[in-house]
Amino acid sequence: MDKIIDQINTTARRVPTWVVYILCLLPAPYFFYLAVTGNLGPDPVKPLEHKYGEMALQLLIAGLCITPLRQHLGINLIKFRRSLGIMAFTYVSFHLLVWAILDVQTLGRVIEDIIKRPYITIGMAGFALLLPLAVTSNNWSVRKLGPTWRKLHKLTYPAVILGGVHYIWLVKGIQIEPLIYLAVILGLLALRYWPKRRARSPA
Amino acid sequence: MAYRWTNTLTPQDVTPEAAFLNRRQLIAGAAAGVGLAAMAGQGQAATEGLEPNSYEDITQYNNYYEFGTGKTDPARNAHRLTTSPWTVKIDGMVDKPGDYAMADIMDAMTIEERIYRFRCVEAWSMVIPWNGFELADLLAMAGVQGQAKYVAFETANRPDEMPGVRFPALDWPYVEGLRLDEALHPLTLMATGIYGKPIPNQNGAPMRLVVPWKYGFKSIKSIVRITLTDKEPPTSWNKANAREYGFYSNVNPEVSHPRWSQASERMVGGGLFAKRQPTLMFNGYEEEVASLYEGMDLKANF
Repeated sequence: MDKIIDQINTTARRVPTWVVYILCLLPAPYFFYLAVTGNLGPDPVKPLEHKYGEMALQLLIAGLCITPLRQHLGINLIKFRRSLGIMAFTYVSFHLLVWAILDVQTLGRVIEDIIKRPYITIGMAGFALLLPLAVTSNNWSVRKLGPTWRKLHKLTYPAVILGGVHYIWLVKGIQIEPLIYLAVILGLLALRYWPKRRARSPA
Repeated sequence: MAYRWTNTLTPQDVTPEAAFLNRRQLIAGAAAGVGLAAMAGQGQAATEGLEPNSYEDITQYNNYYEFGTGKTDPARNAHRLTTSPWTVKIDGMVDKPGDYAMADIMDAMTIEERIYRFRCVEAWSMVIPWNGFELADLLAMAGVQGQAKYVAFETANRPDEMPGVRFPALDWPYVEGLRLDEALHPLTLMATGIYGKPIPNQNGAPMRLVVPWKYGFKSIKSIVRITLTDKEPPTSWNKANAREYGFYSNVNPEVSHPRWSQASERMVGGGLFAKRQPTLMFNGYEEEVASLYEGMDLKANF
């Protein structure tokens, strides 16, 4: 087990972060291409919108995995965390753009939807929470903000919860997939607090 | 794309001649076999030309949660449903209650083609060339009794054949209902085919309701039971969320669903950059059905 972990850590040290950016960005034009060419079904707006939203959630969840992986397994992928966060924000933005421009289509109705429909309101709130994080995701901001930077970036937690609830809320009836997403999100957040203390107490 | 322009109609059918002389300029409402006399009496239906969606669109993009909640799940999973033999129980306030074999129903009914708009509550729409018979004819076969005021419908509930019912996305079995006058309206169809072919399982084989002026979820699929009653029957989506889904669920651009504006719709098949289209009152069948709701507050009875 230790050997595997060492191997992962060694490999991770060698992989530059731009690899994460490239790998994460590739699906965006690919799905757009599928949508344009009719390969996302006869109503391509919704599948594209949902695909980007889902990828944003997956990337946020990937970002949430970094700390528990290090704390509990000793796997250190921390250098990829910022790129995952930026990519998550990018996909939230794509999701939002597809929704506003290709789906809703008029500014008036976009605003009306944000105000009148709670699941969209909380989705937008999640996006709003991610905005300052995206803006401060550069080295200069990290230095400038010091310890405040760490505190500020805890905004990821409420943002990802809002994202998970947004997903549950937007589907019709009770559906299993969004429930799994929220369970994973809450589980990963819980891991940060509670088993760590347990580990400190003598066995 | 095969069968796209197949015409199963004979001169005896009441479809207006223009509709099958020029299949690419079908007149959606008027193409209904409503009967020319009745149509003339009620005024003309929407007159803009409508081109039906492709057979592929209609059969690969479905909401049928018994087979999964994704749009492509039904086409993938519905082959498991055994649709033959099939019996429909007709009971409640009827003269001749009993289990009716689907084959006998088909023998007794005259199948005609109806090209209808289909509007989903999720704000997408299609144009579908159904084959089927009027629900009124089936109800006449069973003999509706005088005190009946509503018709309740029930979908098959078979965990072995329907993977979706193992998870409570809805309270199974799926149930729906209509007021008797809605059920007897000549636009209300029991569909048994699409494009002249037997209706695929994912579209509700062997027999499904089609009520073109209501949101799609009212058009219950794979019907196993029809009950005539004097009380408003429960309906699945209303049970799941009464604030969002009313008993009537008439297409109405002025009554907004809490989560979706109903003012406009995406026409399926239009591609990624298609412009939304304004939604029509009663889905374009206002001339035919508005009188059913005269004096009713459509915002309260949504």
